[in-house]
Amino acid sequence: MSEGTSDMVELTLRETQAKTSARLEWTLVGLGILALLVAPFLVYPIFLMKMLCFALFACAFNLLLGYTGLLSFGHATFFGGAAYFTAHAVKVWGWPPEAGILLGVAGAALLGLVMGFFAIRRQGIYFAMITLALSQMFFFFCVQSPFTEGEDGIQGVPRGMLVGVLDLNRSLNMYYFVLAVFLIGVFAIWRIVNSPFGMILRSIRENENRAISLGYSVANYKLGAFVMSAALAGLAGSLKAIVFQFATLTDVTWQMSGEVILMTLLGGIGTMVGPIIGASLVIGLENTLATSGFPVSIATGLIFMVCVLIFRRGIVGEFYARLLKRVGKD
Amino acid sequence: MAPTDLDKNEPRVVLSARGLRRDFAGFVAVKSVDLDVSHGNIHALIGPNGAGKTTVFNLLTKFLAPTSGRIELLGHDITRTSPARVARMGLVRSFQISAIFPHLSVLDNVRVALQRPSGLAVQFWRSLAALDRLTPRAEELLRSVGLDDARNRLAGDLSYGRKRVLEIATTLALDPKVLLLDEPMAGMGHEDVATVSDLIRSVAKDRAVLMVEHNLTVVADLCDWITVMQRGEVLAAGDYATVSRDERVKVAYMGTADE
Repeated sequence: MSEGTSDMVELTLRETQAKTSARLEWTLVGLGILALLVAPFLVYPIFLMKMLCFALFACAFNLLLGYTGLLSFGHATFFGGAAYFTAHAVKVWGWPPEAGILLGVAGAALLGLVMGFFAIRRQGIYFAMITLALSQMFFFFCVQSPFTEGEDGIQGVPRGMLVGVLDLNRSLNMYYFVLAVFLIGVFAIWRIVNSPFGMILRSIRENENRAISLGYSVANYKLGAFVMSAALAGLAGSLKAIVFQFATLTDVTWQMSGEVILMTLLGGIGTMVGPIIGASLVIGLENTLATSGFPVSIATGLIFMVCVLIFRRGIVGEFYARLLKRVGKD
Repeated sequence: MAPTDLDKNEPRVVLSARGLRRDFAGFVAVKSVDLDVSHGNIHALIGPNGAGKTTVFNLLTKFLAPTSGRIELLGHDITRTSPARVARMGLVRSFQISAIFPHLSVLDNVRVALQRPSGLAVQFWRSLAALDRLTPRAEELLRSVGLDDARNRLAGDLSYGRKRVLEIATTLALDPKVLLLDEPMAGMGHEDVATVSDLIRSVAKDRAVLMVEHNLTVVADLCDWITVMQRGEVLAAGDYATVSRDERVKVAYMGTADE
């Protein structure tokens, strides 16, 4: 009898918490979109576009780390690789930007399939090491291969006309295109997480052996998530190549793989908004410090340490936890 | 891929192992085990700690690969088949530590099991509402095990006994031909034991059940056939009366009586 009553209390509490976080999330999403729509009139658009590209990259990474439980140390391969493919297709073959971006996404997905195929059967640190090793191999391929134009990178990529009508050389056009692609990308991730497939990913993360004993070939599901994450990271990289009109070795280095981990952890893994906040902070900080002469990597390193020591759930994760605790008390 | 015409001419022995052996770096955990599990039977695997019962379970469900030997499920050789595939063929297991998805609701635990057979497992482009059509069947399963009042609770918040009941409900969602239960009564109170015993008895009517169990009262009451293991080998097999009279079994159990 008393157990039944406490059940009821617990149940309504959880419902309240779920409702609160859902309401909060939608409010944040609404405000966020509104802010992004007016932002180019207040902030330098090229900075905003850089932020959006990295935010999408971090969200794609979070699909794997936060929702599948796999820590990849090779995501620069997809981000930087897609940038190269897009830049090459648009500059050398003269493809329109949308086709170049699609090629970049497809290429990143293919790279993801190969890397995932080799890494997916290993767990934890071994998984991370295999992805790191393969991304280093890809890095050296990019250093050696003539199509990447070596140390110079592919420069002077024309932005071109989107589907032949919208001139992307105009800053605002470019910005709203980037914003649209960003929103579509984040929506796709949200959809994947909250889909029947996402449910299986969740169950695998919760209890892998049980999922196997229910007949799920977990390696295939993980590989699916890996390829989707790679493709979306590629989308971010392709977009960046069009925005900045170049693709360089920087985007395929292991430091770039590390940076996206930092952004995601800082914002809060396993939350939709966290990686966006994390990426914005890191990019904002880099932009601010770039003129001050203070070494950026020391600043981000310090922030990372503070994050791990004090708010391990990340900014957004910690915020949610506090909020839910307060709702619980009321 | 699971054959559906089997019901007509169900073979009596649905799962059989011959000469099953598994070495772990020089240590032989299981050596030469022969085992036959029959349709409609509740078959117990008993023995002192370290006898290799759980290893046999892991071998039969392919979570471990046998060093040598042969396993057949419903007439198919599954010695080299993957565990997920074996599960899809109708051999579903439980684990010693209750195997549930703790942060999913009770209802979602069952729906996850129903997703695969209904082709709803890979659809990454649809909303979760697509799973609503599995809800009636999931609720029916929960009702049949008496968990319908807890459908919206988190599975991790259930009492120990009810977690095991949920696990069985989830397993039944796959309508398995052979059910392997690893210590289903471990750590349960008296009432829960009675509930789960009744549940196992009712589900065994049209499938085979193989269970590892330490509670000999439960085994005596529930099981049609008993295989006693010791040090990786089958010591004796038969019904409870036969096995409990066996001198070697008595010695084996006396020897571990102080544990």
